[in-house]
Amino acid sequence: MRERLTVESDARPFHPQARSTVPPSSDAIRTESLVREFDGVRAVDGVDLRIPTGEIYGFLGPNGAGKSTTVHMLCTLLAPTGGRALVAGYDVGTDPGKVRLRIGVALQEAALDPKQTGTELLNLQGRLYGLTRHEVNQRVAELAELIDLGDFLDRLIGTYSGGMKRRLDLAAALIHNPEVVFLDEPTTGLDPVSRVQVWSEVRRLNVELGITIFLTTQYLEEADELAHRVGIIDHGRIVAEGTPTDLKKAVGSDVIIVRVEGDPTSACPVLEDVPGVDGVEVHGSELVVSTGSGSATISPVAVALAGTDLVVRDLTLRTPTLDDVFLELTGTHIEPADTEEDRP
Amino acid sequence: MTVVAHPVDPPSAGPLIRARPAGMFRDLTSIAGRALRAVPRDISVVVPPVFIALFFFVVNIATLNKVTSSIPNFDYTSFAMATAVLLGVTGVSRAPALVLDIQSKYFDRLLLTPVRRTAILVGHMAADVAVAAVLTVPILVLGFILGVRFHGGPLGVVGFILLASLWSLAFAGFAYAIALKTGNPAAVNSTFLLFFPFLFLTTSYVPRSQLSGWLNTVAGFNPVTYLLGGLRSLEVGGGSQWAPLGQALLAVAIVGLISMALCFAAMRGRVKRG
Repeated sequence: MRERLTVESDARPFHPQARSTVPPSSDAIRTESLVREFDGVRAVDGVDLRIPTGEIYGFLGPNGAGKSTTVHMLCTLLAPTGGRALVAGYDVGTDPGKVRLRIGVALQEAALDPKQTGTELLNLQGRLYGLTRHEVNQRVAELAELIDLGDFLDRLIGTYSGGMKRRLDLAAALIHNPEVVFLDEPTTGLDPVSRVQVWSEVRRLNVELGITIFLTTQYLEEADELAHRVGIIDHGRIVAEGTPTDLKKAVGSDVIIVRVEGDPTSACPVLEDVPGVDGVEVHGSELVVSTGSGSATISPVAVALAGTDLVVRDLTLRTPTLDDVFLELTGTHIEPADTEEDRP
Repeated sequence: MTVVAHPVDPPSAGPLIRARPAGMFRDLTSIAGRALRAVPRDISVVVPPVFIALFFFVVNIATLNKVTSSIPNFDYTSFAMATAVLLGVTGVSRAPALVLDIQSKYFDRLLLTPVRRTAILVGHMAADVAVAAVLTVPILVLGFILGVRFHGGPLGVVGFILLASLWSLAFAGFAYAIALKTGNPAAVNSTFLLFFPFLFLTTSYVPRSQLSGWLNTVAGFNPVTYLLGGLRSLEVGGGSQWAPLGQALLAVAIVGLISMALCFAAMRGRVKRG
């Protein structure tokens, strides 16, 4: 079993002030040994989370790792089979109603009714949260920039594009000013412009309103861009947690990626002996060389490879990304094209 | 190292709008309102049953009026109208729309709100009762044009519509049970398997006195026989209406109890978080 890597730093400010009703000292989300089993299989296996009020927390993991199951438990759609979870100060197992009043959720697929108009959907959503008509209208006006649907708001949702649906779904999740927002892959399927728009709104919600945001994403740049801290889940367990900057530092300051023809493992002993190389890993036809100083080490690495039987196709130097962290900890690249639900 | 926060001042604004429990009545009216708004946009769901009902109403009168003319004090047009109304309202429900909600995950969005779970189901059913009541109107209008008169006057008409709507709700319970249990639109359509024995192994076309053999026996066990009796007692009158009305209400109540038990159990299973 992998050790959990925990890295904390002061890398990015977050905003715990809040117009939240959660006491300032409390965590917006806290789980203790959270477990969810399906027919004896542990989809989530003892997850411990402490997410302070006002933080944007990025939750990453390969498909089937337990991301969505964790989110479904935290937003009360699923009951834990072990451990406990508090969201906005209330237990999701014993006080789901109070949790629901305080959270907003945009699930992986835009959960909308194609036979309603955008306005009708938001009105209904507001009514179910106990808002008056005046309050709903006020909230729709406040969310207008995010929704950005113009006249389409009065057309049937079935006629919307994928991006419009995602934005409306997000607006529906925010209509009641939730204290904690769960965004399950909020920008999947959005064009780059809409994605940046959503990022900007997520930042605004966090900075201006102090809303705690629990964000799962398959776009590592999104987590890098938005999250104060990132947690990586694999096989139902958190395997790493920390700020994006420090997680990246933890896998080495620079990475040399070598794509080769032939058996890359044969080069490992040679490369490990090169001065300055901290570690070598093989992923498919790639050699991933971790080093403290890429610029100083890349030439000796190239020379060392020239002395092997391998044909070098590509040799690139770059600073680590969250994908490297992901690869290091889970042994796989994240696959943005695959959006399958990980819930059994 | 530890996480260091750098708080910024929140913007000055009015009191923040916050969620609060809406209350059962508001939950119900919100869900029912949405279901009713969807009806005109889904008009193909309600037009065919009414068309079929009107069609059979006219055809049955043309076919069987003479055949039954030998029965003393018998008005076939009045007799056939109750059958036509049941053809029009039986099986009309928002259960297929609920399946689409489940498939599109909109059902999950509803579950994420503080709405009472029972309100989701009861709200749809309240809309169904309203739709069923409206669907009886064109059939009643045709009946009036063809000379049907209500022994109980306007109150009889209201009772007739109410009884037909309650039956529609009782039958819809089966469709909701299947919808919530399976989440499968094809399975919901299978409620037609219940439609045929309920609507045809009974006094739909001729009075009980004209039925014989096994059909007469089966009709005796079919609750629709008593429902039709109750509906017809409001039209043709003659003698006490209370006995057939009581039997009709009991028949609807028995079917309703079974179907509601099934659909609320299915709802509990669907929203169960375990």
